[in-house]
Amino acid sequence: MRNSAKVSSRDAILGRIRQSLGREAGQYDAPKDVLDRLSAPKSNAVVPARAQISHDQQVALFEQMAIDVNATVVHTAGFEDIPREVARFLAEHNLPARVKTSPDVNISGLPWSETALEVTAGVAGPEDAVSVTSSFGGVAETGSLMLRSGAQTPYTLNMLPDTHIAVVKASEIVGTYEEIWARLRTEDGQGNMPRTFLWVTGPSRTGDIEQTIQLGAHGPRRLHIVIVDDQAS
Amino acid sequence: MNVSTSPKFKENVHGALRDESLQRALGRLKTGFRDKRLAAINNLPEFEALRDQACDIKNHTLENLDHYLLKFEENVKANGGHVHWCADAAEARETVLRICRDKDAKSVLKGKSMISEEIGLNDFLEKEDLKVVETDLGEYIIQLRHEPPSHIIAPAIHVHKEQVADSFRETHKGRDPNRSLAEPRELLDEAREVMREHFFAADIGITGANFLIAETGTSVIVTNEGNGDLTQTLSRVHIAIASLEKVVPTLEDASSILRVLARSATGQEMSSYTTFSTGPRREDDLDGPQEYHVILLDNGRSNMLGTEFQDMLRCIRCAACMNHCPVYGAVGGHAYGWVYPGPMGSVLTPSLIGVDEAGHLPNASTFCGKCEEVCPMRIPLPKMMRHWREREFEKHLSPASMRFGIKAWAFLASRPRLYRTATGLAAKVMNKMAGGRGRLAKLPLAGGWTQIRDLPAPQGQNGKTFKELWAEKQAQKARGSK
Repeated sequence: MRNSAKVSSRDAILGRIRQSLGREAGQYDAPKDVLDRLSAPKSNAVVPARAQISHDQQVALFEQMAIDVNATVVHTAGFEDIPREVARFLAEHNLPARVKTSPDVNISGLPWSETALEVTAGVAGPEDAVSVTSSFGGVAETGSLMLRSGAQTPYTLNMLPDTHIAVVKASEIVGTYEEIWARLRTEDGQGNMPRTFLWVTGPSRTGDIEQTIQLGAHGPRRLHIVIVDDQAS
Repeated sequence: MNVSTSPKFKENVHGALRDESLQRALGRLKTGFRDKRLAAINNLPEFEALRDQACDIKNHTLENLDHYLLKFEENVKANGGHVHWCADAAEARETVLRICRDKDAKSVLKGKSMISEEIGLNDFLEKEDLKVVETDLGEYIIQLRHEPPSHIIAPAIHVHKEQVADSFRETHKGRDPNRSLAEPRELLDEAREVMREHFFAADIGITGANFLIAETGTSVIVTNEGNGDLTQTLSRVHIAIASLEKVVPTLEDASSILRVLARSATGQEMSSYTTFSTGPRREDDLDGPQEYHVILLDNGRSNMLGTEFQDMLRCIRCAACMNHCPVYGAVGGHAYGWVYPGPMGSVLTPSLIGVDEAGHLPNASTFCGKCEEVCPMRIPLPKMMRHWREREFEKHLSPASMRFGIKAWAFLASRPRLYRTATGLAAKVMNKMAGGRGRLAKLPLAGGWTQIRDLPAPQGQNGKTFKELWAEKQAQKARGSK
């Protein structure tokens, strides 16, 4: 047996990349533009002009774009109105009156007892047909909800139940994705991400059978967005 | 690696053209993909500028690929994840198997991943007695049919609903044999129900990755069904398999490219789910996988850097090129004989499995240029197919008759006087042969053309060549201006 150390695939791959890119031996440090790009990420020069509008217009655009991808949207004046809205929505669609909410106290701590709904908080299991979650924010350019995983916001609530009701504050709806990343960095520190950060643009869908679009493939069949008008004067 | 039937491309094509069910499916490409894409980009005035921005991001990344991959690795580790660098398909398969064995896994759930197809992962794991279930509806359908995908984002595009119903009846035992499975909705509902049982029983969840983000050590998947999310969240271990060139520097860079991805692919403004996954579940998380692994696959890509094929590494797998390709539209994906069909496959496949094996593919083009026109990453696909044709010629892989023909043409073309005489004579002869019809139903040495359509004969006064007509016209002009 030969006694030569086997070059690891990592070193072999990096070696080939460096050779292909014409790096000189020993000159393997990242240049300044690479380091700057990573340490102080910049917004993009080109972003859709459609989202460069007043905040009220951004909220309206978010709503329209979400409706265009088969979500339903309502506004409430405050958080305390959410239980009634959830009960109304479930009754209107003849859906079960059992709800699993995020442990997030902004949602789980609402006056649910004012409704006839059976409400628990926690992760979603196979038996949960309806979830009510809070959101990190919303992006107007495509009507996308921004949802982060965490102890207050378990991820399965976004994906397992047939009906997902997501609450978003009007004040946390922004124009573009870049603004969301900037806020996340401010709150969590640069380079830090939750286990999962999810953009949701409409309910689950598939076109895999004869290119016929159908809602509710493996994720929620219905996405209902409640915008809390927390800035209304 | 997956076995290819690319060397039999011509036979595959004949089969595909005769396959009525396939032809019906391919007829839906226009309304299913092309019209929707056009509507989406018409709705976004910045689309062209966004294409440029996306190209710039990828070009910058490729020029600094070593730096960004190292940064990505560092950040995955910092978040408690693992990175496995794999030189080729075999190493990637073995690495996945090792993780499965370490965890005593019995079942593997799969989100849709073309890299998994590229390394032939399912067959390999099944031979090792692991139960593998594809969770994307299209992938599930072709898994039941024991077929490879025929399209990179719509893997079962060639299958019609009656065939899906047959597969479901055969596989989903214990259900009412008289149940209706006539409508896509009924098929989907049954698949959803069956898949739920799998989701809650899975040990290992494998997904691909549309992006890897160096800044944060994040892998990103873009899906519509939500199957990928359930796969990677409910399993004990999440393995993301991705090729090297999927890395981008920052969250902003990924977001910019995402603006052209779904619009080019399905014509959606954004896919239903764009999921950024970083490391395993956190200490206080209530759900999520306990382990997070990234398989970084090279499999020939590092050798494409610095060559005329580097631009191909910008590809984001949107499938716009095949959706608009007249050749793909006529023969479908299976004819190409390997994992990646259409124009992107015709360029990539020879790089990955060799031009000896895939030499026919770069010839599967009419050079209409539509693929480059619609490619959001502005990849010069026709130019790269020409590079492959040149290499194929240099390696003497093209048939003798073609080489003789090209040599004969080169001999003539480099001797202008002889060329004029020969073409003048040929034009006159062909004009005569055609008689008054102006078309030739048969022509020696051109059977490949005339077998299925007539060849237009040289027209005009007794079949004059362009040069002769031009000279006459110039002479007339000169007389007229006097």
